[in-house]
Amino acid sequence: MTFEVIKPGLLTTIQDLGRPGYFHLGIPEGGAMDREAMRIANMLVGNPEDAAGLEAVFMGPELKFNDDALVAIGGAEMPVFVDGEERKCWTSFPVKAGQTLKFGFLKTGARIYIAINGGIDTPPALGSRSTYPIGALGGFEGRALAAGDTVPVGKATAGAKERTLDQALLAKLPKPVELRVLPGLYWHRLTEGSQKQFFADEWKVAPEADRMGYRFRGGNPMEFVERDQPFGAGSDPSNIVDGCYSYGSIQIPGGTEPIVLHRDAVSGGGYFTIGAIISADMDLIGQLQPNTPVKFKQVDMAAALDARHVRSARLDKIRSALN
Amino acid sequence: MKTRYSYGGDEHIFVEMDEEMSLDAFFKSLAMSNAAREANIDGVREICPANASFQVRYDPEVIAPEDMMAKLKELEKIAINAEKRLETRIIEVPVFYQDPWTHECVMRFRERHQDPSGTDLDYAARINGYDSVDAFIEAHHSAPWFVSMVGFVSGLPFLYQLVEREKQIEVPKYLKPRTDTPKQTVGYGGCFSCVYSVRGAGGYQMFGITPMTIFDADQKVSYLKDFMVFFKPGDIVKWKPIDREEYDRILKAVEDGTYKPRIAEVTFDLEDFNGDMEGTNAKLMEALNDV
Repeated sequence: MTFEVIKPGLLTTIQDLGRPGYFHLGIPEGGAMDREAMRIANMLVGNPEDAAGLEAVFMGPELKFNDDALVAIGGAEMPVFVDGEERKCWTSFPVKAGQTLKFGFLKTGARIYIAINGGIDTPPALGSRSTYPIGALGGFEGRALAAGDTVPVGKATAGAKERTLDQALLAKLPKPVELRVLPGLYWHRLTEGSQKQFFADEWKVAPEADRMGYRFRGGNPMEFVERDQPFGAGSDPSNIVDGCYSYGSIQIPGGTEPIVLHRDAVSGGGYFTIGAIISADMDLIGQLQPNTPVKFKQVDMAAALDARHVRSARLDKIRSALN
Repeated sequence: MKTRYSYGGDEHIFVEMDEEMSLDAFFKSLAMSNAAREANIDGVREICPANASFQVRYDPEVIAPEDMMAKLKELEKIAINAEKRLETRIIEVPVFYQDPWTHECVMRFRERHQDPSGTDLDYAARINGYDSVDAFIEAHHSAPWFVSMVGFVSGLPFLYQLVEREKQIEVPKYLKPRTDTPKQTVGYGGCFSCVYSVRGAGGYQMFGITPMTIFDADQKVSYLKDFMVFFKPGDIVKWKPIDREEYDRILKAVEDGTYKPRIAEVTFDLEDFNGDMEGTNAKLMEALNDV
């Protein structure tokens, strides 16, 4: 089966859970920014959790289905319409051949996930269908969707039924938003005063927030522990000899605006990083709109591992609720 | 050299061999990342070697972070005694210096540069003490380079100049990174040269462009049929200056599938190199010229 892209929205890409294993060549893992939402949307339509669906940021696409399909939307809160009739998020619903799926204005969050029973069936690249536009890899011809594209969907699984998620099972976005950070990497390059200030300041998501990284503004500039710059690093105190970057790590070029490296991150470079957002909070970042106030919170490894367990226990509960 | 270990969140361990760049730090990082790969540690997801550091990504549900850390620290002992010799290849990479495409880009982003009045090459030549741009270009291509890291984006090689420390070129990165860089630009930042594998953002100074494709997701380019990424850490590169005519000719040959990069198999031994740089480089060049 197939669907046609009538309007692509702002940036709609095919994503699954990514292509690990090529970061050492500069090819990022990629995949859904909000993995939990993608997994749940897939569960709702009876797909394996790693099936490919669509990720749309800020604005939904308009899609015309050429065949009957079972569809579910997860992630951000955005009104959903099938031929003008409203449908609910976090629930699977049928779309008949010839019908059009459309979206209203974004209410909360930043990214929606559209899962279709059978999963999107474009050719995988390096083991994944995720779109990585910079490397022209995966997705639809290696790029975001455009009007006029006809996208193939895999064979629907038999017996997939309509399901609704009890939204009480979903993670709650903390208010005010708090992102937990495990300090490390080049943390020692900051003065003690700057280390404290970084966590004390209120930051705001900058407009430059995309799949590669989320930039933050509004806090105080960093002060560096003085040193003679090591050979090969470059002259700015925020420069290091180019090394690898961890997913979720926070670099601060010039010491002014922190950038959290996300799913399509560059694999390395010459800016110091002060530690990393814990893995359990990475999905959350993908749902932050520009200008959202954010505090960074210092945690230790035990707290980071705890948060992972909370997250996987929540997913297990959702799995058993939907099976 | 002082090794520093750090956690990068709950899924990564970062190991820095040394704060500064050197071939000794590179070889130690390579030996350690190889040892980590060979150790087949349960839970290791990926190993990313870099210039003077490397990173391990692991699953903390399979192996506890402190156990992973302890295992890597053990490997350091093995790595110290590892042979600093590589069976590798030397590749000739044609470069059209002062080409019109990077020049256009140089001028477009002038306000982000340390010296808006000149070009990146004027600036790099001056701060490295060269009388002319031509003399500087000569210094850039006269000795071979060593691929000490692949990454940033899609197979981009970082290259380290195989000359004495005093002769190595060093330039800062742009004050503010550019939003655009032509595909296959030959760039420079810190002590590293690079080839931008794809078009996109960049902060390195721009010196020229190569017609040689080094990343091809579709694998249509004849010499990228086996894998979409051309460079591997340990590769040795010799830049060959070319003019516009040669550039156009090679570009066409790459496109119609007839271009064959000039490549020779060589051995690179760090101790031999440290003992006699000119002699080692002469041998490398001899191997290349025999092709």
